[in-house]
Amino acid sequence: MGDTFSRILAACLLIMLTSLSWAEELLPEETAPPQTTEETPAEEIAAPLSIQDILNQLTERSFDMKEAAIRQLAEQDSPRVIPLLNALMERELVHNRENDTISLGHKADGEWQLLDPVSEQPIGTVNSRAARPVVINNRLRTVINNQLALFALNSDNSDARAEAAEQLIGNDDPDMLSALRLRRESEDNARVIEQIDTALNIAALSSDDLTTRLNAIDTLSRNLHPEVKNSLNDRLRNTEVDAEKVALEKALARIDARIENFQTADTIFFGLSLGSVLLLAAIGLAITFGVMGVINMAHGELIMLGAYTTYVVQQLLPNSNEWSLLIALPAAFLVSAVVGIFIERFVIRFLYGRPLETLLATFGVSLILQQAVRVIFSPLNRTVITPDWMSGALQINPVFSLTYNRLYIIFFALAVFLGLLTLLKKTRLGLQVRAVSQNRTTARALGIRSERVNALTFGLGSGIAGIAGVALAQLTNVGPNLGQSYIIDSFMVVVFGGVGNLWGTLTAAFGLGIANKLLEPMAGAVLAKILVLIFIILFIQRKPRGLFPQRGRAAEE
Amino acid sequence: MRDSTFKSALSDRTAKTFMGVLFGATLLVTLLNQIFPPDSALHVSAYTVTLLGKYLCYALLALALDLVWGYCGILSLGHGAFFALGGYAMGMYLMRQIGDRGVYGNAELPDFMVFLNWSELPWYWHGFDQFWFAALMILLVPGLLAFVFGWLAFRSRVTGVYLSIITQALTYALMLAFFRNELGFGGNNGLTDFKDLLGFSLQSDGTRVALLMATAISLAFAFVLCRWITGSKLGRVVLAVRDAESRARFIGYRTEHYKLWVFTASAILAGIAGALYVPQVGIINPGEFSPLNSIELVVWVAVGGRATLYGAVIGAILVNYGKTVFTGIMPEAWLFALGGLFVAVTVFMPQGIVGLVEKHWPTLKQRFMKSDSNDDRPSAQGEPS
Repeated sequence: MGDTFSRILAACLLIMLTSLSWAEELLPEETAPPQTTEETPAEEIAAPLSIQDILNQLTERSFDMKEAAIRQLAEQDSPRVIPLLNALMERELVHNRENDTISLGHKADGEWQLLDPVSEQPIGTVNSRAARPVVINNRLRTVINNQLALFALNSDNSDARAEAAEQLIGNDDPDMLSALRLRRESEDNARVIEQIDTALNIAALSSDDLTTRLNAIDTLSRNLHPEVKNSLNDRLRNTEVDAEKVALEKALARIDARIENFQTADTIFFGLSLGSVLLLAAIGLAITFGVMGVINMAHGELIMLGAYTTYVVQQLLPNSNEWSLLIALPAAFLVSAVVGIFIERFVIRFLYGRPLETLLATFGVSLILQQAVRVIFSPLNRTVITPDWMSGALQINPVFSLTYNRLYIIFFALAVFLGLLTLLKKTRLGLQVRAVSQNRTTARALGIRSERVNALTFGLGSGIAGIAGVALAQLTNVGPNLGQSYIIDSFMVVVFGGVGNLWGTLTAAFGLGIANKLLEPMAGAVLAKILVLIFIILFIQRKPRGLFPQRGRAAEE
Repeated sequence: MRDSTFKSALSDRTAKTFMGVLFGATLLVTLLNQIFPPDSALHVSAYTVTLLGKYLCYALLALALDLVWGYCGILSLGHGAFFALGGYAMGMYLMRQIGDRGVYGNAELPDFMVFLNWSELPWYWHGFDQFWFAALMILLVPGLLAFVFGWLAFRSRVTGVYLSIITQALTYALMLAFFRNELGFGGNNGLTDFKDLLGFSLQSDGTRVALLMATAISLAFAFVLCRWITGSKLGRVVLAVRDAESRARFIGYRTEHYKLWVFTASAILAGIAGALYVPQVGIINPGEFSPLNSIELVVWVAVGGRATLYGAVIGAILVNYGKTVFTGIMPEAWLFALGGLFVAVTVFMPQGIVGLVEKHWPTLKQRFMKSDSNDDRPSAQGEPS
């Protein structure tokens, strides 16, 4: 009952307030300026008012009086100005009717807890009906926002300045524009200058001088800010001048063409991102399948183990999400590598030379690993927290941004690829791996312990799968089916690129990733994937050995 | 040496034993179900009848896979796709039989199409109201897909694991496609709510028993057919292709043609299995295309023993019986058991149960398989990569 009543009361109050502010805005404008001009000289003559005195003027009912008080407050040179303006916006400035003063206030337990507006010291409590928040209307809100933007525009922090300038884009208040012009002269940060210029040029679109307008249109045609397009379209609807119309249409066409280009770039970036995921997932397979000739269907589950290791590390170090990835990487490598070596020692070792049986046995292992994870961690997905330095995006321009997590994963995938390539080409282990994969018997005759090399190679491939899991955990949910969703794609990448050729794997991963994302807008995500799969199936019919087939005697085995 | 006429395949001792056991079990279940009243201790419930029917469908599917894997050395990881396509063809016929008894009461359109606001039947649904047409499609669609796919693959000499992986990609792509509502096969939910088949209600015990009998007869027929194929001259060449494809080619055989025919025949058998499966379980959905199903099927054959035909049947029935029991008692342990089975069978029992039996009870082997020579089974290490 009481709840309903208070809601009705609140609704009535709201209606009253809105009608009040409406009425205020409908008042003839002429009445406002005289009042302001009358008051200002009076105050200049008097001794400088304290902040409390200025605030107390907000007890007036008239919104014009309140606006004057706000402008006066904004002129004060005090660190309290910005917090107080914010408090006014948030309805935290309270009119205490008992002594007719303004103070900061919070409502608690049906009473107002009042604070001194300057010192923020508690000055006691009053009954909830004895005080009311200062009422403001939309016009005052604009005034306050503009004042706050002006403060931010002159702040020492360039990010804050840029943000403020961007907020002022599309604003046609002459005071704001002159403030922007003033700032433009002393500004040296390129980003802030760009935003200010955008704002000033948009304002120039409504100038009376045609040349100014045409210049502004020309400059704006290189600008991708969404507000620019809106303003140009607005102008196009309103203009009567033919030359201006032509210029506007040209500018809009130019902007649209550029937006389209950047959207293509965006698609390609997503393609590269998907490609890097595919590369990470497939690169371990490229070693175990490509170099050793072992079909490891449990590869996806090794990726999954890496992802779960990331999750466990985060659970163990709950307060260090920023750098726990650095621990998760080697940990995931170790976990997956050890499991991989176990698989090699206890299953695959007995099946060398029988690839189809290896496929079946490792598939069995994958089922066991999946179910083990389901039993230990529950079948539900787990969330891995992304560290702050990986969230957010690199804003190239208003229509094109690169998300940091995808960007980092592209670089990470390339780094892993290059590291692996170096390992295989430059180290002793790499040499032995290549020797054993080319001709096991001869390698053994030359004193290479092929059993040990097999175990280490398999461990290496598996460990890289673990590292891929760490990266994937940043992009997708970590669940028992994580591995399954990548295994077919990974095999496609390795087979498409050409077995035993790491560069082929790289090309195939990025090629398929980009092709997939380019098809997506036309065909939809699922159909795009089906088309890519069909393409690979047909491609393998044409070139059964992939894009870059191995040559020589080893190839025909 | 073996006589290679169809009649001899029918009358050889293995086939006789096989059919004896198969029909014996089927008849026993049928009689127990039909004769004894439901409260009798000897009564077999309709559930058991359907379960046995399901196992026999799986056995038929396993038989089809054994034909290509055991005898031709093609490890198809996409046989589930042919099974599901046969199942969908049957499902479409059953959907059309529902008529206006669906939830929306639309005589022309299946419920899911009404739900999607489709105004008319897509062209590829026409004809499926006729049983003969559906039956033709059950044979034709999987057969044609296998023919085209095999023609492309074998002609360009895609072999071994590459072939396995692209067959897996095939079934994966089909699964993704059938999940789409736009394709017109019921999307995620598939086809279900079937009412009757050829006018007989699918819910009645009589129909269930009849379906079980039909499955048993199909399985027996397929078994004899496979025995005949593997015993014929074509079968001998196919064995040669499995063991040394290059040599067979050098001698002058067009190995890709032999592989293609066996692959297509096998796909058709898989399609029949799917078509018999759907009316018994009452639903077909894109999950049947999932790569896991196809690969599970491989393990049935591996458990039973490759290149024996009856081994595949035994394996399919045993593994699925194990699945029924396990998922009933401790569901979370089933995947452990299945995974362990994969590993154990491939590492320790490359010849499957049949091989194990043969190895340990030579006397048993002599008694049961006098007419069956050992030369058509690959040795554990002998398979070319």
